[in-house]
Amino acid sequence: METVIKTNKLTKRFADFVAVDEISFDVHKGEIFGFLGANGAGKTTAMRMLCGLSVPTSGEATVAGFDVFTQPEEIKKNIGYMSQKFSLYEDLTVLENIQFYGGIYGLTNREIKEKSAELTEKLGLQKEAKKLVRSLPLGWKQKLSFLVAIVHQPKIVFLDEPTGGVDPSMRREFWDLIYDAADKGITIFVTTHYLDEAEYCNRVTIMVDGKIEALDSPSGLREKFGVQKIDEVFYQLARKAKRSGD
Amino acid sequence: MKQLFSFVKKEFYQVFRDPKSLVMLFGMPIIQIVLFGFALTNEIKNANIAVVDNAKDLASQQIINKIVGSKFFSVQKNLVSSSQIDAAFKEGKIKLAVVFPANFNADLLHLNKTSMQVIADASDPNTSLTLSSYIAAIVADYQTQFSVGKSIPYSIKPEVRMLFNPDLRGAPNFVPGVMAMVLLLVCVMMTSVSIVREKEMGTMEILLVSPVKPLMVIVAKAIPYLVLSLINLAAILLLSVYALELPIKGSVLLLVGESTLLIITALSLGLLVSTVTSSQQAAMFISFIGMMLPTLLLSGYMFPIENMPVALQVISNIVPAKWYYIIVKAVMLKGLGIASIWKETLILAGMTVFFLVVALRKFKIRLE
Repeated sequence: METVIKTNKLTKRFADFVAVDEISFDVHKGEIFGFLGANGAGKTTAMRMLCGLSVPTSGEATVAGFDVFTQPEEIKKNIGYMSQKFSLYEDLTVLENIQFYGGIYGLTNREIKEKSAELTEKLGLQKEAKKLVRSLPLGWKQKLSFLVAIVHQPKIVFLDEPTGGVDPSMRREFWDLIYDAADKGITIFVTTHYLDEAEYCNRVTIMVDGKIEALDSPSGLREKFGVQKIDEVFYQLARKAKRSGD
Repeated sequence: MKQLFSFVKKEFYQVFRDPKSLVMLFGMPIIQIVLFGFALTNEIKNANIAVVDNAKDLASQQIINKIVGSKFFSVQKNLVSSSQIDAAFKEGKIKLAVVFPANFNADLLHLNKTSMQVIADASDPNTSLTLSSYIAAIVADYQTQFSVGKSIPYSIKPEVRMLFNPDLRGAPNFVPGVMAMVLLLVCVMMTSVSIVREKEMGTMEILLVSPVKPLMVIVAKAIPYLVLSLINLAAILLLSVYALELPIKGSVLLLVGESTLLIITALSLGLLVSTVTSSQQAAMFISFIGMMLPTLLLSGYMFPIENMPVALQVISNIVPAKWYYIIVKAVMLKGLGIASIWKETLILAGMTVFFLVVALRKFKIRLE
């Protein structure tokens, strides 16, 4: 199995606060890798280090074969990213957003055109293609945001709580898109605090107070902790947390 | 290139979808021309003037003594010939010159009347009017003294000549000022908001994760405003040539070139503000307070710099508008070429490079 993300004792300290404490894990190609944790557990910080948005304090990590300390520019060419905050331009239309992101990732005009057609069709947004993104419902925005994040066919896509604030049926549709992308060989690294979403992942990491407390497939975790649902695993682990969420 | 093109296109879309900024961009010059078109009076102290005394007689010496004695003038002793005075006017070293003809005293005694020439630099109409009226008052005063106890009326007539702007219209003075104001304010404010907006909206994260380089973000943000400001500049120039009937005496190309330089200076300053602030309000506030007030007060456009306390005179040197104002007055009103404004041009160019370098260095490529 090809490894696309590898970390070894990766740590991030802010003054005397250890946001991420010596985490080590491997992510395989084409995998949907879930990062679970309460608010403040360090999920977003861990993800930002892997994306090159934040410099790790210590440890090692490679993403798509490139070192996060020395080759952030190479990493950027190989990843997609969808942030917690909604990340499309609200004052641009659907098509203009696709054109912009396609453009900055160096897609040709023809590729952009094909992608625009493909994306709007996939989302059933043909009619809305020329409307401002501002006017779309949140669920559509999130889905569009995800498809735009993988418009350049990255090796890995990082999703930071992509389904926050979206209703359950929309979340289901969103995960269908994630499966689609995984089928095409894109590795998915996703943080979430929706416990049911853990079941959709191939492997799940549970972070508590900046540390990785568990890492296995959802069924493996249930077996190991002798419970019916991931929720219970999470509650058992989270009970030990000293940090309160923000 | 493709990257930059996509980026610039996106910036253009965003500018045009923001009606507020468009109103500011194009409404401002018009409002300013109306508002600041009204002349402002101001008192002048220690204005540099020249005195050419071709008479060297009693009357001329007495008048010169009065002029030297007044607090309004500072006579430049090294300027003695008419040709030196011409040059001094062009370089802006003197605001006014007084020329006494030969036989000044003799004419006064034998013909009972004589005249003298007063030449003023009217590219700043307020100052030139004020100064020439001071001279006229001094001469009238002397005439009264001279006539005391004499039965025949004696008259000394100061013949005033206004250089560069013979009709003493206010427009020549305020158009360069408005140009400096508008170009600076608009460019600094608009651009300062543009990068901060990405930070506030959360789209900056996406840009940072993408392969775009900071330099490209900065250039792409500046280009739409550069284009719009050039249109703005064209509008102001057309307005002043055709509506205010103020001809451009020097090279139009040079004027546009110098203005482009100022626009770039302002854009870099705006980008700098943008990279160091984290909210749109803060960026607006800093560019407003940091630009509006110094540009209004310290550029020499509303208040003559030579009248300010030394500390303010020193500070005025870091105000880009001051240098641009000098340049525009020289090119537009006096018809001078690059040879006489290369120093100011160099200063502006230096400021631009400085702002850009700092903006690039301050551009954070990481989130913290």
